[in-house]
Amino acid sequence: MKEIILFIALGLFMVAIFLNLYRVIVGPSMPDRAIALDTIGINFLSAIAIVSIVLTTTAFLEAILILGILAFIGTIAFSKYIERGDIIERKRNG
Amino acid sequence: MVEWIGILLILFGAIFSVISAIGLVRLPDVYTRTHAASKSSTLAVMVCLLGAFLHFWAHDGYVSVRLILGIIFVFITAPVAGHLICRAAYRSRVPLAEGSGKDDLKIVLFGVEDNVVPADVFVVEEVGDKDKKEE
Repeated sequence: MKEIILFIALGLFMVAIFLNLYRVIVGPSMPDRAIALDTIGINFLSAIAIVSIVLTTTAFLEAILILGILAFIGTIAFSKYIERGDIIERKRNG
Repeated sequence: MVEWIGILLILFGAIFSVISAIGLVRLPDVYTRTHAASKSSTLAVMVCLLGAFLHFWAHDGYVSVRLILGIIFVFITAPVAGHLICRAAYRSRVPLAEGSGKDDLKIVLFGVEDNVVPADVFVVEEVGDKDKKEE
């Protein structure tokens, strides 16, 4: 019973990830795609938590932190690229 | 008992995540999609990680500090990411959806050209200005 509920939750997260993937592919502008990618990363994070409950290990819990940090930094880089056209700014006129 | 609370929290988070994804697909605009993607998705992930924390605590007696760190990190960073994407979208001139109301920031950032004022009001104001100039 417990495992059935966990697998249903995992399936719901997969449905959410595929709906976000639709927005990544179709999305009319670049910020749409960036925010859908951020949401995909965050949904993967909770899917990893469910998988680690199903397999009864605690080895995957570091991956949650790493994936959260990567999703955040990726979104920041995307937004800065969309806004300024450059990720790492160099000094103007030396 | 606490295990079941954790599992029901995980199910609640999954349902909330699907609702957030439906909002991300169906809403008409970047700025409205940001609501669906940042707020409800953050709540879904936080509830799901809290459920996993409760399950590990009750089932294995293992208090996982990393899950608490993950909850705090998601709570801090996900709304910031949504706000930054929304700001970048406005500054790179992504248009608003049709039928959205007044847009005051456009006058401040880009000047007054092609404002969202309804056509009738604009024509009336122009006629008034011409009359004043002629007088």
